[in-house]
Amino acid sequence: MFKPVMDISIFNPQSESGWRLYHLDIYFIIASSFILLLVIGLLIYIALKFRAKPNDAEPKQIKNNKLIEALMIGIPFIMVSFFFYLTIKTMKETEPITHNETPTVEINGRQWWWQVSYPGTSVVTANEIHLPANKKVLLKLTASDVIHDWWVPSFGPKMDMIPGLVNYLWLKIDKPGIYEGACSEFCGKQHSKMRIRVIAQTQENYQKWLTENAKTANIAIDSSLIKGAAIFQKASCAGCHQIRGTMANGNVGPDLTHLASRQTILSGTVKNTTENLYRFIDNPNKIKPGVNMPRFFLQQDSLKALVTYLHSLK
Amino acid sequence: METVNVPEPEESLPSTSISNDQGLLQWISTVDHKQIGILYLLMSVLFLLLGGVAALLIRVQLSVPNNNFLSPEMYNQLFTMHGTTMVFLVMTPAILGFSVYFVPLMIGANDLAFPRMNAFSLWIGLFGGMLLYFSFLAGGAPDAGWFNYAPLNQRAYSQSSGIDYYCIGLLLVGIGTVGTSINLIVTIIYYRAKGMSLRKLPVFVWMILINSFLIVAAFPPLNAALSMLLLDRQLQTHFFNNTSGGSPIVWQHLFWSFGHPEVYILILPSFGILSEVFQVYSRKPIFGYSFIVGSGIAIALLAFGVWVHHMFAVGLGLTVYSYFAASSMLIGVPTGVKVFNWLGTMWGGSLRFTTSMLFAMAFLVEFTIGGLSGVAFAIVPIDWQLTDSYFVVAHLHYVFVGGSLFGLMAGLFYWYPKMSGKMISEKLGKWFFWLFVIGFNMTFFIQHILGIKGMPRRVYTYPDLPGYTWMNMLSTIGGFLMSLSFLLLFYILHKSYKIGKPAGNDPWDAYTLEWTVSSPPKIRNFTELPPIYSYRAFRDLKENAKNNKHGK
Ligand code: HEC
Ligand SMILES: [Cu+2]
Repeated sequence: MFKPVMDISIFNPQSESGWRLYHLDIYFIIASSFILLLVIGLLIYIALKFRAKPNDAEPKQIKNNKLIEALMIGIPFIMVSFFFYLTIKTMKETEPITHNETPTVEINGRQWWWQVSYPGTSVVTANEIHLPANKKVLLKLTASDVIHDWWVPSFGPKMDMIPGLVNYLWLKIDKPGIYEGACSEFCGKQHSKMRIRVIAQTQENYQKWLTENAKTANIAIDSSLIKGAAIFQKASCAGCHQIRGTMANGNVGPDLTHLASRQTILSGTVKNTTENLYRFIDNPNKIKPGVNMPRFFLQQDSLKALVTYLHSLK
Repeated sequence: METVNVPEPEESLPSTSISNDQGLLQWISTVDHKQIGILYLLMSVLFLLLGGVAALLIRVQLSVPNNNFLSPEMYNQLFTMHGTTMVFLVMTPAILGFSVYFVPLMIGANDLAFPRMNAFSLWIGLFGGMLLYFSFLAGGAPDAGWFNYAPLNQRAYSQSSGIDYYCIGLLLVGIGTVGTSINLIVTIIYYRAKGMSLRKLPVFVWMILINSFLIVAAFPPLNAALSMLLLDRQLQTHFFNNTSGGSPIVWQHLFWSFGHPEVYILILPSFGILSEVFQVYSRKPIFGYSFIVGSGIAIALLAFGVWVHHMFAVGLGLTVYSYFAASSMLIGVPTGVKVFNWLGTMWGGSLRFTTSMLFAMAFLVEFTIGGLSGVAFAIVPIDWQLTDSYFVVAHLHYVFVGGSLFGLMAGLFYWYPKMSGKMISEKLGKWFFWLFVIGFNMTFFIQHILGIKGMPRRVYTYPDLPGYTWMNMLSTIGGFLMSLSFLLLFYILHKSYKIGKPAGNDPWDAYTLEWTVSSPPKIRNFTELPPIYSYRAFRDLKENAKNNKHGK
């Protein structure tokens, strides 16, 4: 495991919506601290002032006070009205209604990884989500099995991904960088290991990345790779995984066309190194218990060939 | 003392035919509301131990990052059972226990309206709870969380029979809870002492009356949802399964249209207890009686119009959200304002800081924290940030523990002398209080920050991100302190029962009718009743006696 690139916190906003929500948070913290301190202050004052003394007479039996009661309803009512106004305003600004705009990216939650595709292109990838910085983009959020939830704290709102429904979210990331989050709706055994990694790039780099990733995979011509490619087909990996440009066109697991160009595997929980690939394919359950990929009991040399092949998919 | 007709069920009941020395058999066959009340409290303690062990295992697993102490499968079962247990099998029975014990005593009745149904409700609830726990032996406990979202609750994603037990167990618990609530409603409406109009009802009884209506109205959607889910899982119907035309969202609507009122169901009785406790230990009447009662009714009505604030991240659209944001903020007003009513009750009083009073005062702070973080969730954009994060875990524990449980603790220390006939040592009580308060805040306050820093709830482990490790460790230590304090509590209760000082009828110089009778009360609560002039009937009686003496 590795340290995140940036402080993950709702108080470290990195997008337009992130900032809007941040300001609302601050207003709320001020108002609620005021109320909390008022209650604590009154309580301490009362406790010190009205402590019973021996042989106290029964205190005056005050039953109510109309003015104080009116204030007790009136002031909180005004406070919540103010926050209601801010709520509506922020809501409208953050989530304007969509009118059939084409989303930049579709993110599909699965147990327990993210399929990422870019409408209008042939790019399909997994887990690491590349987006342009400084540009307003629309995310299309869906799920294939159970409910998942999109949450990158620095970007502001989270949004559920619900099987059978489509949700949208607007996002304008401030600047290039790597941002982290996690699936935020309990989704079964590996809910914990369903982390999100967004790679925001300059417009230019993003376009370059898109073109690179639209390409089909390098054909294995090198003799050291042919063996691995063959095992990939034979061991039924191809039934679950897609490698564009080859016969592998499964849709159960992540697209591996450009696997080697990703920094992490397994929903951002493990670094993408040959050792980790080896360990994972050798025994998927050991690294991610419950994972929807079976163990194949491959020979060491087959495994090595497989990993060499996968590692060549730049 | 004027003698008043005592309302009581006419028929003779089985309990009177079994003499007291028959021990266990007598407890099992009892239909006496006091014994059933105590059985409810014992049931609550039993499940508190189970739910508490689950909580400790959870905290051990989370004490360090990337921990393998529990498997994800086990962890998911434990957090599901922890939540379900605490809500349905600990808080609810504790509340029902105090209600069936004290409502008749506070309104001058000799029992509930339907004593046999009272016993039935208890035992069927206990049976439901046992069935739920039996799932551990039957292949696996439920593992989709206490609110058990579709489609994760479908057979395709949760193969063990745990969720089937969840459905059946909770249906049975629900039958018991609704049964007792109907019983309480009828009792309060028909069996009040002569002259005790609704305006002269003690606040606790008012809250229980409101609460019972709330229960009767809130449980049907849950029962419907549970039955539909059971059909989905057993007979392959398609209510919640989107692949065959069902809707997972319908589950959420049904569950939360029960689940949100449930939150108030667990807090209103504590509001009632606090109202009694603040009066007695401040030696003053409640500040704004009609306001306290009125806001209780307002809360109960509004409680049915706010459930979507549990679903602000579902994508239902801004129009729906605006309405539910407004209603949720609105309910914050009567809830929050009660805090100031209690402060008003203490103001100018002559305060006695007993353990019970300390819990009541601590409640004001803890519940305000939980209430304010609750208002945060009514503000839709803040909800978008923080829902389903550890911030929610912190919030709900501040409401359930800092709110409901602190209230019940105040009630326990207030009424223990009445129920047992013995006083609790104040010194030990205060030890417990401080240990509990420190442990509780240590466990849960830091979880607000964890949520702000992006830790989702219901994770069996987490990466070693900056701050996560020490914050989780702190929370775990707090959890152990809390458990320790509970052991101390059980010791205190046991010891006081054995060697505590005799309590006498009225150790606190209290205001309501239960303190006019012996501690513990006889099988037949009342043979005569004072005239009722106000909601502080016993105080009126004591005042009159004093004045008569002076007048002579
Ligand atoms: C039954 C379908 C299935 C089969 C067969 C299968 N996989 Fe997978 N694989 C998955 C799933 C599902 C995941 C996603 C796991 C996760 O992150 O939760 C995955 C993940 C992976 C990953 C990590 C990808 C990433 O970016 O995180 C690699 C590499 C991989 N599989 C390689 C293989 C190889 C090599 C084989 C054949 C030996 C194979 N898989 C066979 C379903 C399958
Ligand atoms: Cu998920």
